[in-house]
Amino acid sequence: MTRKQRRLTMIGCALVVLGFAAGLVLYALRDSIVFFSTPSMAAEQHIAPGKRFRLGGLVQPGSLVCGGSQISFEVADGGAKLPVTYKGLLPDLFREGQGVIAEGALDASGTFRADTVLAKHDENYMPKDVADALKKQGHWKDDYDKKLAENIKGASCAHGGS
Amino acid sequence: MEGREVIAEAGHYALVLALGLALVQSFVPILGVRWGDPALMNVARSTALAQLLFVASSFTALVTLHVTSDFSVVNVFENSHSLKPLIYKITGVWGNHEGSMLLWVLILALFGGLVAAFGNNLPLSLRAHVLAVQAWIAGAFYLFILITSNPFLRIADPPIEGRDLNPVLQDFGLAVHPPMLYLGYVGFSISFSFAIAALLEGRIDAAWARWVRPWTLMAWIFLTLGIAMGSYWAYYELGWGGWWFWDPVENASLMPWLAGTALLHSALVMEKRNALKVWTILLSILTFSLSLLGTFLVRSGVLTSVHAFASDPTRGVFILLILCVFIGGSLSLFAGRASSLKQGGLFAPISREGALVLNNLFLTTACATVFIGTLYPLALEVLTGDKISVGAPFFNLTFGPLFVPLMIAVPFGPMLAWKRGDLLGAAQRLLAAGVAALIAIAIAWAWASGGSALAPLAIGLAIFVIAGAVSDLVERMGLFRNPLSISFRRALGLPRSAWGSAFAHAGIGIALIGIVCETTWNSEFIGTMKPNDVIPFSGYQLKLDSLSQRQGPNYRELVASFIVSLDGEKLAVMTPSKRNFTTRGGASTTEAALLTRGVSQLYISLGDTTADGGITLRIYHKPLVLLIWFGPVLMAFGGVLSLSDRRLRVGAPKPARALRGLQAAE
Repeated sequence: MTRKQRRLTMIGCALVVLGFAAGLVLYALRDSIVFFSTPSMAAEQHIAPGKRFRLGGLVQPGSLVCGGSQISFEVADGGAKLPVTYKGLLPDLFREGQGVIAEGALDASGTFRADTVLAKHDENYMPKDVADALKKQGHWKDDYDKKLAENIKGASCAHGGS
Repeated sequence: MEGREVIAEAGHYALVLALGLALVQSFVPILGVRWGDPALMNVARSTALAQLLFVASSFTALVTLHVTSDFSVVNVFENSHSLKPLIYKITGVWGNHEGSMLLWVLILALFGGLVAAFGNNLPLSLRAHVLAVQAWIAGAFYLFILITSNPFLRIADPPIEGRDLNPVLQDFGLAVHPPMLYLGYVGFSISFSFAIAALLEGRIDAAWARWVRPWTLMAWIFLTLGIAMGSYWAYYELGWGGWWFWDPVENASLMPWLAGTALLHSALVMEKRNALKVWTILLSILTFSLSLLGTFLVRSGVLTSVHAFASDPTRGVFILLILCVFIGGSLSLFAGRASSLKQGGLFAPISREGALVLNNLFLTTACATVFIGTLYPLALEVLTGDKISVGAPFFNLTFGPLFVPLMIAVPFGPMLAWKRGDLLGAAQRLLAAGVAALIAIAIAWAWASGGSALAPLAIGLAIFVIAGAVSDLVERMGLFRNPLSISFRRALGLPRSAWGSAFAHAGIGIALIGIVCETTWNSEFIGTMKPNDVIPFSGYQLKLDSLSQRQGPNYRELVASFIVSLDGEKLAVMTPSKRNFTTRGGASTTEAALLTRGVSQLYISLGDTTADGGITLRIYHKPLVLLIWFGPVLMAFGGVLSLSDRRLRVGAPKPARALRGLQAAE
């Protein structure tokens, strides 16, 4: 083989692999990405039951009901509220009145069935998507985080321990 | 008190001095090369060492402030507490944005200092160029720290007590994970600097690769260990039992690792065969660019991620600027100069070189898919405002299929000869490995009795890689063909790099077995238990013996005590706990309990207590899970073996070779 042929072989190989990868990426992007919504966005968009999305907002104070590992609460963003059910353990930093992101889908009755719940990670950190959404809807106050840390000790599912 | 008063200022001042030195080092050595003045070129050596001294003093100052709990310093106030155990006072230094950036530049200065101290056999002009480029990077980051992230800022009215470190970060894992990761990230700056220096000089040859390879290998070893550490830390500390989340921050460390692994292999081709020069240079640039990108993603707070404990737009913009200047600048330099580099040795597609090219092709493509998956959501949000999350399914679908052919090719590489290889011969020598793989598939299939066909196949692939690595050693020793004594002597005579690559390759196989077994056959129990409840789980009986409260130095914890028994025989007591940090507004962490049986683990993590005196909990059985981290450790060990090969010592070529120097390559 001449140098040129060898180079062509290599370039051909590279193109095949890159094409394969590009195909995979396009296929995966179509099927496996998940959109983010707040309760008001979800209400506007009429998301179909069964379609997975991430729901972000604040855990509505007073809405948390714990029954062992079966948990229900409401996520609110100032505009709308959405009931959420979740089976499993809540993250350590889950509190009423604080930011939360839940991933799952709506069921036929309009309840959001979450299979994953993420809470903000410390008192300085609000999930960015939630903060942005709240800002956009004008429910954001600059010292929101601080106030939460200072004043609100929302209920969690813990008893006795804390 | 007087002495303590000035520590912060001294630390700050030392950093400013380091910046001054970096500025000098940025251009004086280059002028020296221009004018052919060895004295000016040698300036770089002294300034690099002095920089290390000043940055180290600055870092020591910050550590001292944290250890002595000087809450008049903002950084200490926000991240420390006088009751915090000493170890976490120290590790807390890099558990926050400012401190971790200081650690970043400390490691950068350390590498610069190492090149200065041990680069005596480098050609003078090359060393001058390399150190000048190091100084550009260092200068940019000193400025970044001084302007946007000064860890030495004072509070006018010092509080009595600090706000404590984020409890999740109060863990031994944090002591080791970031420094390891940074040693990896920043270590790639050396190969970057060498690449830029080569482009500036307009010449490059095999000796260049021999100098660069040990540094790349060192960075790679640390990055490998750092990623594995981080993964294990997430596994036991976050309490979800997950070890890899395809979180953007994890991807940020995986991308330089993939590119760095490719670089290691292409540098090998360049060293041995003087080929793939342009590609190697490009990879050096890309690898460090990805490290910078990782720093940007993590440090600018653009991500929604468990790791993002800092968010301040000015910082993001500053790092983005650094990123653009360095990546843009180096790529333009590359575009302008790459064509002047002479092409090297020829090789047939089926050859060791060909196999290494294939390795590079798959690694960089896999890296590109991770890149797309990580940055696509950011780009989409900027362009359309849509918020999406790209999670594990995307990466499993793209990264997985690309890794399979790579893994199949791995055992073939070392079996092929340089220049022109014999694929059939290699396949014959891998016959035993192939048979082992088939047996493994059959056993896994029978044992799992149906179910997903993917898992047994993946295990077969892993066994093929491991057995392939063993076959390579067997071949080289001539085992079974020669008397044992000769084979033994040959084994001793084998270059350590041969052992190194065999270990590293086997390591991937071992990690793959762990990954497959853990994800396919793990079992999970989520529920509520009350004291004295007993549940059967994966063949074990777990009894919740007691729930009690305990007081720690800066937290209170609820400890559950489980008695684990197997066939009625008591095995162990597991005590997972839930800590409540009084210092951080009641923030709590879950301390999972792990019971190791062989390389499998039983994992218990606590949830909340219920009103009727029970507790919610998660119990996992994770078969062969430890192999996931044992694999990378083995890979790193292979790297160390290879590094200790006398042909590859840091500061590499023997004087005789150095004399030959770099040949002009017009």
